[in-house]
Amino acid sequence: MAELAHETGLEHAHPEHESTGVENRKLGMWLFLSSEFLFFGALISNYLLYSNRAGFSGTYPSEIYDIPFTSVSSFVLLMSSLTMVLAHNAQSREDHNGARTWLFATAALGSVFLAGQVFEFTEFVVNFDMKLSTNPAASAFYVLTGFHGTHVAIGVIMLLSLWGISRRRGGLSDKQGLNLELVGLYWHFVDIIWIVIFTVVYLLSVPPA
Amino acid sequence: MTATAERPTTTIFRRPSSTSGLWSWITTVDHKKIGIMYGYAAFSFFIIGGIEALLLRIQLSQANAEFLTAGAYNALFTMHGTTMIFLFVMPTGAALMNYMLPLLIGARDVAFPRLNALSWWIFFFGGLFLYSTFIFGTSAAPVGVDGLGGIDGNLAPGGGPGSFNFLADSPDGGWFGYQPNAGPLYSPGTAMDYWALGLQIIGLASLVSAVNFLVTVLNLRAKGMRLLRMPVFAWMTTITSFLLLFSLPIIAVALFMVTFDRQFGSLFFAAQSGGDPILWQHLFWLFGHPEVYILILPAMGIVSEILPTFSRKPLFGYSAVVFAGAAIAFLGFGVWAHHMFASGITPVAQAAFGLATMTIAIPTGIKIFNWLGTMWMGRIRLTTPMLFAIGFVAMFTIGGLSGVTHAVVPSDWQQTDTYYIVAHFHYVIFGGAVFGLFGGLYYWFPKLSGRVMNERLGKTHFWLMMLGFNLTFGPMHWLGLQGMVRRTWKYAPETGLEPWNVAVTVGGFIIALSILVFMFNWFTSRRRGKESGLDPWDARTIEWMAPNPTPEYNFAVPPVVTSLDHFWHLKYEEDEEGRAVRKEDADEVVAAIEHEQLYPESPIHLPNPSYFPFFFALGLPLMFYGVIYHEALWGKALIGVGLIISLAAVIGWAIEPLEEPHEEHDGGEAREGGVVAHPETEPVDHG
Repeated sequence: MAELAHETGLEHAHPEHESTGVENRKLGMWLFLSSEFLFFGALISNYLLYSNRAGFSGTYPSEIYDIPFTSVSSFVLLMSSLTMVLAHNAQSREDHNGARTWLFATAALGSVFLAGQVFEFTEFVVNFDMKLSTNPAASAFYVLTGFHGTHVAIGVIMLLSLWGISRRRGGLSDKQGLNLELVGLYWHFVDIIWIVIFTVVYLLSVPPA
Repeated sequence: MTATAERPTTTIFRRPSSTSGLWSWITTVDHKKIGIMYGYAAFSFFIIGGIEALLLRIQLSQANAEFLTAGAYNALFTMHGTTMIFLFVMPTGAALMNYMLPLLIGARDVAFPRLNALSWWIFFFGGLFLYSTFIFGTSAAPVGVDGLGGIDGNLAPGGGPGSFNFLADSPDGGWFGYQPNAGPLYSPGTAMDYWALGLQIIGLASLVSAVNFLVTVLNLRAKGMRLLRMPVFAWMTTITSFLLLFSLPIIAVALFMVTFDRQFGSLFFAAQSGGDPILWQHLFWLFGHPEVYILILPAMGIVSEILPTFSRKPLFGYSAVVFAGAAIAFLGFGVWAHHMFASGITPVAQAAFGLATMTIAIPTGIKIFNWLGTMWMGRIRLTTPMLFAIGFVAMFTIGGLSGVTHAVVPSDWQQTDTYYIVAHFHYVIFGGAVFGLFGGLYYWFPKLSGRVMNERLGKTHFWLMMLGFNLTFGPMHWLGLQGMVRRTWKYAPETGLEPWNVAVTVGGFIIALSILVFMFNWFTSRRRGKESGLDPWDARTIEWMAPNPTPEYNFAVPPVVTSLDHFWHLKYEEDEEGRAVRKEDADEVVAAIEHEQLYPESPIHLPNPSYFPFFFALGLPLMFYGVIYHEALWGKALIGVGLIISLAAVIGWAIEPLEEPHEEHDGGEAREGGVVAHPETEPVDHG
């Protein structure tokens, strides 16, 4: 069967099986993320449907965006992707201290972004009186960005868990190194979704007709 | 090796090790045990959903009947639809996929055994959560609707005379949960919250399974099992998993929106505040139409296994059948608005979706003709599984044809919300999916029990079900065309609809009788059925190279696959005229395979059982109960408790290795959990 394995070009990948050569858990993460795109796709569509529909009572989210502020927090989140890559890179060089530091930096940047979101929501509710129940556009805004924030928060928890394990054991083993890569995939996904949200929801926002 | 073996096992509990009894089922990660649990749970829900249907039919068997109250009727048709789709057909498909997929592709288990257990427990708790609405759920008359311009007139729950009024406190917005009818204004009370959150949980189970099955198919096929050598059922499992992966997030969003509307005051579907009721329909059917193929594709896969086996011919046009399945799935994402032709969408959209819907008939037709081509000139054996497979092809074709009539927009306007629609989707879901699933249960029963089901009882089941099915759903076409409206608890005597309704009800009870025959057959054959040996059907695919009943390790030696229908080619060769001739040594080949697979030469390590999937899943319904009652302090507390249980399980899961480290093979005794199969170990109750 060596011949067959050769034919598929996977003779090193997984000697016992026909296989894509991608590690199971990594493949599973990719598939899960492909599903997540549809999740956010539906949420973004909802928002676009309502964001500038005429005739709602109360404040529309597009009337009160603070673009400079959100630009800064978006920059912070994008930089966290850089630190994530640095963590992964350090792990692959078996630089355990480096990996640990960059993991922590990523979690910290993610937390800054979350703090920004909390500040933004508070601002909108307290100063502009735009609540979840103000109008469908506000509902769509809060639920979309809220679900994104929840994803970021889960990512921060995973990053801190890896950081904690690394601290206790003096580094991540190869198996946990894969975990780092999986968290990285997830983290980049969350960032990519934010790029779309920031562009479509914030930058291209159209005032209500 | 010793280093890893001595590593302290950092688990909160001792690793579970029961191999029998309740705990072995709760902690199992074996895809076969999980499949069995899926199967029995789904069948229980089938019985409940069936009883709901019979109650509906008793009400309709007489004009102006007073058997059920209007509220109870609404609740029953809602729960019947929800149950049959989400708690019976989908999980029965999942049961067969779980049990069969690793066997079909020559693997020892799925890619993520503990995630597989997690899917099952999430599904199970989701089903219980949904059904707990009968105990805890409430529904109330719409409040304050008068003030909004006199749209009152919704029946108060239980309005009107009749019995079974206690059921009226259950979800009553239909399995499709149209908004704003199922929203906070028109369906106050908690019943529809149970519905929305219950479906949310059940959907999560399917999403986890989908990822698991896809990785299994992509990464765990036996050597030589190239993608286009996989049995069609494995292919349809793959395609169904993709459908689940891409459609479930959409319904998840829609159900979250409903829950936010109902619980936290958002206004997504609140028409009085500018919310768009049609948005719900788009989101629901964008999931709902792929869902139809999620129900039918596994059955198509099963039938594509059964027909070649009992026609003693290869599947006609194997790759066409596979690609037609993929085409159906792909097109299935572009036809959802044909459920909404009467909702006022634009003529352009109607024409586009009508045409797109008609194109689905093409790959479907390819499949049907390939199945007919498989049987054509075959040496057909009319066993019970074969009867069900042929019944599937016939009944599904009828349902498919009435489906094409819905693609014609003006015709669809006439049929919308009539019994014609009810007839159509029962022909495809019951006549299609359910016939196919029963065929699969008969066909693969030996893999579970080492025995074959009684043929005489099986055929009785088939013919009773065929008769009952057509008597139930055939006349619904005529009732619908005569104008009988769906989801209405009463009709007037002067409509003249009563005679056919009597026939329909009689048919329903005949189906129920056939199911009793099936259950009797199942439980008696399980204990006393004829022993099957390795290859009871003279089968074609490699799952029959694993012993019956399937040992815990599936294959002692995973087969090395050299062709499509690998097992068949080990037994048969072609003569000069291309006819299949059984090799002289075929019996010896089969006996050698059986011996090889029954007596592994070295210990086989399998994943250890785990508590954590069970506890992770247990946290979810607790959290969701908490969401429903979040205004009370105990509701908030419940969210916290659920979160803590699930988080603790995640942490335990993360630090628990899939397989406990094991000593190098020293031929010693089985380790904890009995997961090591030894050459000396006799497989259980193999005759």
